[in-house]
Amino acid sequence: MTASIQVQHRPEAEYLLRLGDTCLILGQRLGEWCGHAPVLEEDIALANMALDLIGQTRALLTHAAMLQGQGFDEDQLAFLRDERDYRNLTMVELPRGDFAFTVLRNLFVSTWLRLHWEALAESADTELAGIAGKAVKEARYHQQHVADWVLRLADGTDESRRRTEAALDELWRYVPELFAADAVDAAAAAARLGPARDALREAWHAEIASVFGDAGLQAPAESAFRSTGTLGVHTEHMGRMLAEMQHLQRAYPGGAW
Amino acid sequence: MSTNTEWPLWEVFVRSRAGLDHKHCGSLHAADPQMAVQMARDVYTRRQEGVSVWVVRSDQIVASDPGDKAMYFDPAEDKVYRHPTFFKLPAEVDHM
Repeated sequence: MTASIQVQHRPEAEYLLRLGDTCLILGQRLGEWCGHAPVLEEDIALANMALDLIGQTRALLTHAAMLQGQGFDEDQLAFLRDERDYRNLTMVELPRGDFAFTVLRNLFVSTWLRLHWEALAESADTELAGIAGKAVKEARYHQQHVADWVLRLADGTDESRRRTEAALDELWRYVPELFAADAVDAAAAAARLGPARDALREAWHAEIASVFGDAGLQAPAESAFRSTGTLGVHTEHMGRMLAEMQHLQRAYPGGAW
Repeated sequence: MSTNTEWPLWEVFVRSRAGLDHKHCGSLHAADPQMAVQMARDVYTRRQEGVSVWVVRSDQIVASDPGDKAMYFDPAEDKVYRHPTFFKLPAEVDHM
């Protein structure tokens, strides 16, 4: 077994890890659909989306590693950290769920990521701006593709409607974390690295409300619950997921093909 | 065998580069036109195959009957004079 790496949590690197880990973990979850999606065409669409996210992860983690200055590479960051050092939104580590759950989660996260990429394209960090300029095209497609699915499922059969509403009830409590800005966000905003999360709240809610309006969905009331994945405190699902994700790198250190 | 619960079939045409024709490259199932275009993008252009896609409902295509093949196409066999190969082209025209 390769020992876990210990990363120092400098604010700029931390900011990138939150984005990069969110892409990484959602990409891994979407990969779980490979061979299991409801139709062949959507199976390929979900795999494409997963691979886009993994590509974005690679760029972000490589850049985060550089800002950290500890000499780690993207693979070490992706596969050798301990659970507490992951900084993804809790929403993306929740189990795959049914197709309605996946579609709704993708809508929430792809909208959040697209808003980030658009703002990050103006980052004072030119390399990050370059990463964002490429990623925003991918994120726009992801958002459109999943928003169309939300309409079809919400306005489809009784069964698809029931499942979409159940997914919404399950997911909505994890939404506040998307905008729970803290010192890391403040530092990123001050350095013009990228937007503080709370600055995206209004735009995100407006876009989701527009999709919900078309789909006839009603957002539940906000609960007092606050998820904490971006602080490194994860759900019970994270450890199991990492066990599967990290197994190969830990069993065959440095393994590549 | 198709049942009435199956999504309709669509034929997919991809243009590989600006200026070239859209070429038929396959088919897929989708519930509506928008989904068909997205699925065509995801299934048939993921390795940079194209810059534009068309989708057409397969049941909207009118095709010649294979039984008419002899009547339709064989008569062209011995009409070489329909090929414009007897004209001398000016050199400037080059590849025509």
